[in-house]
Amino acid sequence: MLILECPNCGPRNASEFRFGGEYKPRPQDPMAAGEEEWVEYLYMRDNTMGVQKEWWYHNSGCGMWFLAERHTRTSEVLKTYQWSSDTASGDV
Amino acid sequence: MPFRLIRQGFSSGPPPRMWRSQPLKDHYDVVIIGGGAHGLACAYYLATEHGITDVAVLDKNYIGSGGSGRNTAIIRSNYLTPEGVLFYNESVKLYERMSADLKFNVMFSQRGHLTLAHTDGAVNTMRRRAEVNQLQGVDSRLIWPDEIGRLCPLDLSDHPRYPILAALYHPPGGIIRHDAVVWGFAHQADKRGVHIHQQTEVTGIHVEGGKVRGVETTRGRIKTGMVHNATAGWGSTIATMVGLKLPMNTFPLQACVTEPLKPFLNVVVVSGSLHVYVSQSDRGELVMGASVDPFASYSLDSSLDFLEGIAGHMLELFPFLSKVRVLRQWAGLCEMPPDYSPLMGFTPVQGFVLDVGWGTYGFKASPICGKTMAELIASGRTPELIAPFRLSRFAERDLVGEKGAASVGH
Repeated sequence: MLILECPNCGPRNASEFRFGGEYKPRPQDPMAAGEEEWVEYLYMRDNTMGVQKEWWYHNSGCGMWFLAERHTRTSEVLKTYQWSSDTASGDV
Repeated sequence: MPFRLIRQGFSSGPPPRMWRSQPLKDHYDVVIIGGGAHGLACAYYLATEHGITDVAVLDKNYIGSGGSGRNTAIIRSNYLTPEGVLFYNESVKLYERMSADLKFNVMFSQRGHLTLAHTDGAVNTMRRRAEVNQLQGVDSRLIWPDEIGRLCPLDLSDHPRYPILAALYHPPGGIIRHDAVVWGFAHQADKRGVHIHQQTEVTGIHVEGGKVRGVETTRGRIKTGMVHNATAGWGSTIATMVGLKLPMNTFPLQACVTEPLKPFLNVVVVSGSLHVYVSQSDRGELVMGASVDPFASYSLDSSLDFLEGIAGHMLELFPFLSKVRVLRQWAGLCEMPPDYSPLMGFTPVQGFVLDVGWGTYGFKASPICGKTMAELIASGRTPELIAPFRLSRFAERDLVGEKGAASVGH
């Protein structure tokens, strides 16, 4: 059973959370972004086999969306943290 | 077949090999990555219909060790979109004559396929699916509890949490022996000169000037101008080797079987609301599957969550199974594209073609995928049947939206 550490509530069973997909920043300037950039943002995925930065939502708890770094082969969770413009910018 | 068996019983030598292990050549016309039903079917059709026999099929494990050996072996064509129905119907037709084509018994049992509707909304969807199916000439119709009761011993009382209001009945649907499909294709492809290389993992693909030049494997380098990505689960990993990003995520899908029981279930039963599909194998085991795991992963681990969930759902349908024990549980990898339709055909990299993104419904499509991909490789043109599934549909905003793709949960 996967245990995730919610930044608010501490370690909880993964069944309390909803998976939100891999982390992907929106185009910087939505109005200026071209067709190709939007297609890339909306549909294309890294689908990483390895450590992936991803969204989780604590739907049976505090209701927070937060980021996790998890190995997609072993399901080992390296860290979880609240999104902020600083934490989000670094690459995994 | 029986005479061959008897003759073999009296001879002292080892049984004949289904396929040989060959030395790895340094050049092939076509390299197919993935020795599952899709890849081997493509090799078979390249050899039989297009005379292309200088083909290598590479698998990092043994053939049929991925999705082809991990699915619940259900075959059907009662899909939701006309594109889907047409496509899978061609596949069912190929499965129907596969034992004769491959001269190998694949044990296709067209026992009928029931998709249950537990709500008024679901009844409407089933009615729509039945109409779309009938327009395409597929035997599929809506039936009511009295007829359902004659087909299988479901709990049809008023009391359950999910009452059974109606079902979509698809008589040509059924189950097959999935290993036999892989072995049959491998045997016939091998006989025609295709090289099957097991335990050969692809570690890189050489691209020069936008064209594929060769493949790097754990057993050495291969020069080739045509690489076919027929993997499941690792499709993105292979595509990354040519610098291509694909619109899909890999999720595990789990399944399990119970101990053998006396035959009581002569149809395949599927419930979308309950996330379960079940059939009884020839050995008497109940083969059950559900929807994909709740988060993306490349892990093949089994989880107790899944087992608890599916056991609860099975008991909604068949309360009398409460004392039956589960024998085995396993997982396979599924790539889910955002519109639940596969990615097939050419890519921006010349000489790199795709047959991936098959989600939870790849096995039932394998012969027609092999046939159309072989045609695409041999002719250099996209066959009409798979044109809707091209990779460029996302940029063209022409998604297919096959929500009937797996009759279970999206």
